[in-house]
Amino acid sequence: MDIAIRCRDLRKVYEGKPPVEALRGLDLEVRAGECFGILGPNGAGKTTTVEILEGILQASGGEVEVLGLRWGRSDRALRERIGVSLQETRLADKLTVEETLDLFGSFYEKGRSALEVMAEVGLTEKRSAWVVKLSGGQRQRLAVACALIGNPDLLFLDEPTTGLDPQSRRQIWDIVRDLRRRGRTILLTTHYMDEAERLCDRVAVVDHGRVIALGTPSELIASLKGEHVVEFAVNGNVEPRPLDPQSLLALPSVRSVRSEPGGLLMTVDEPHVAIPALLERLGREGHGLSRLATRHASLEDVFVALTGRRLRDE
Amino acid sequence: MSRRHPFLLLVLARMRELMREPEVVFWVFVFPILLAVGLGVAFRNKPPDEIAVGVVAAAGSDRVVSALPPAGGFRVVTISADEAADRLRLGKVALVVVPGPSYEYRYDPTRPDSVLARLKVHDALERAAGRADPVEVHETLVTEPGARYIDFLIPGLLGMNIMSGGMWGVGFLLVDMRSRRLLKRLVATPMRRADFLGAIMTSRMILVFAEMALLLFFGWLVFHLVIQGSLWTITLLAVLGAFVFSGLGLLVACRTAKIETASGLMNLVMLPMFVCSGIFFSPDRFPAAVQPLVKALPLTALNDALRATILEGATLPSQSGRILLMLAWGLVSFAVALKIFRWN
Ligand SMILES: Nc1ncnc2c1ncn2[C@@H]1O[C@H](COP(=O)(O)OP(=O)(O)O)[C@@H](O)[C@H]1O
Ligand SMILES: [Mg+2]
Repeated sequence: MDIAIRCRDLRKVYEGKPPVEALRGLDLEVRAGECFGILGPNGAGKTTTVEILEGILQASGGEVEVLGLRWGRSDRALRERIGVSLQETRLADKLTVEETLDLFGSFYEKGRSALEVMAEVGLTEKRSAWVVKLSGGQRQRLAVACALIGNPDLLFLDEPTTGLDPQSRRQIWDIVRDLRRRGRTILLTTHYMDEAERLCDRVAVVDHGRVIALGTPSELIASLKGEHVVEFAVNGNVEPRPLDPQSLLALPSVRSVRSEPGGLLMTVDEPHVAIPALLERLGREGHGLSRLATRHASLEDVFVALTGRRLRDE
Repeated sequence: MSRRHPFLLLVLARMRELMREPEVVFWVFVFPILLAVGLGVAFRNKPPDEIAVGVVAAAGSDRVVSALPPAGGFRVVTISADEAADRLRLGKVALVVVPGPSYEYRYDPTRPDSVLARLKVHDALERAAGRADPVEVHETLVTEPGARYIDFLIPGLLGMNIMSGGMWGVGFLLVDMRSRRLLKRLVATPMRRADFLGAIMTSRMILVFAEMALLLFFGWLVFHLVIQGSLWTITLLAVLGAFVFSGLGLLVACRTAKIETASGLMNLVMLPMFVCSGIFFSPDRFPAAVQPLVKALPLTALNDALRATILEGATLPSQSGRILLMLAWGLVSFAVALKIFRWN
């Protein structure tokens, strides 16, 4: 299998007072033709990683190989073959969509026509509109279009949907899925677990500058002890003695128990075994149930299980 | 679609952006013209003011009044002695004449207009009394274009525009692009950096050329400015000026990330030149001790060279000292700026 990106023991220290150690030995391997996601909270080191891979930031240590080439030796050839959408770029306000794309297209030897790319990201109607007049979602689609205009073999999208409304997010997802179907290799970063679950073939969960889990979304979820989540709360008006969370581990099929604000959260293998046992136990001890919900475990639960923190600090 | 060279598209994009920015159009094209009109009118060379004379009403005042006709530049009022004293004190008349067997002149000898009025009035009264002039005189009046304030001003405004255009047009632009991460985005493409910087310089040159043509044409049309030197020489000087100040703009922008910092730096660099380099008044007014410093400023060299060419018809070789000074500023700025420029 072809490897599109390989990096080993990547390190980055931002000089300053105090210096910031953004990457602490990060390993990554992205296969050709897959959509690979880097999932992590703010400040995890996603942007730093991506910008090193894009050749616009110098690593402090480690090895990087992109499309079989190395930065510093084959820069021009590499730039011809990658497409980039940075986290938050504000393109020139007073150029139109088409002028912007023509300009970016002119930098590439095998640049595509602006018309074709506008159609691909659904901006044909806006071709004569100034960038400053576009909505947030349209600007983001233009940023993706600028990444596509060079007909790249490898596409980097840094937080492509952050800050967008649900409909705009879905439009970006459609573009990414379409690209993947046509065999492009995509590396995207996100702090939305649903985005990673929906779009990515494989995901690396990154925290504090390191990969802490790697696999397909379903593998990662399966690695949790218990693929189902049961959340419930008890009301305390009948209170012979407080409910001890750890004692619930004794129930059949229950794998973990955690206190959450406003209730308890259990991961279980089989809800149809665990829930009757839970109800029986609560009834026996005189606790009333005020809330009960079950759902499939998500990447969010994987992150919480690994770090004890949530992806997004609400 | 025919694919065009990135350099051309970069220049085109730059020019489009500039022309779509109302502020730029105002500062570059409208502002210098407004300044020329305003200052040109305020400091125009006026004909001499008329001479206000008070004649005290008394026997013989008619004779005095008729000896001082408006055609001779006099404005005469006949008034009482008290009121004459008041008006003299308030400066409403320059001189009071008291008629009588002998004339009495009342005036303040420290007021130049009063001294002038005394001479003129005395001359007119003597002549009316029948003085014969022993020497015959012809007067030919000359007010040459070239020696007026507006003639001094227009080359200065051109120099000022070349400076602020270069500094803002290059320095501010680059810092703005860096702060919106557009510079970083461009670096992530195969774009050649030389194309990019070359395009910015080229669009500056185009703009300088347009500014120069507009200002000189306007000066010729409205103020009858006479351009003594060759237009080629003037253009060459303007282009050299644009090069120098683009270099300084690049230097200011090479590491600055924030727009505010850039504005501050830019004003810090430009302020001494606004004041000292002879935009609105001649730098010769500064004390001799600071003259070497003043003369070493690139805008002083540019303004002096532009004035010498436009007003005195100086040739390019005669300006070689100033040209070399500007070249040195430009080359050093560029060399340093490109060495330490931060693209991301
Ligand atoms: N230019 C910089 N200078 C100093 N610290 C930085 C810089 N850029 C990022 N960092 C720090 O490095 C860490 C990783 O940042 P980043 O890669 O942007 O994370 P993410 O993209 O996952 O949010 C953070 O702690 C951030 O504050
Ligand atoms: Mg980021």
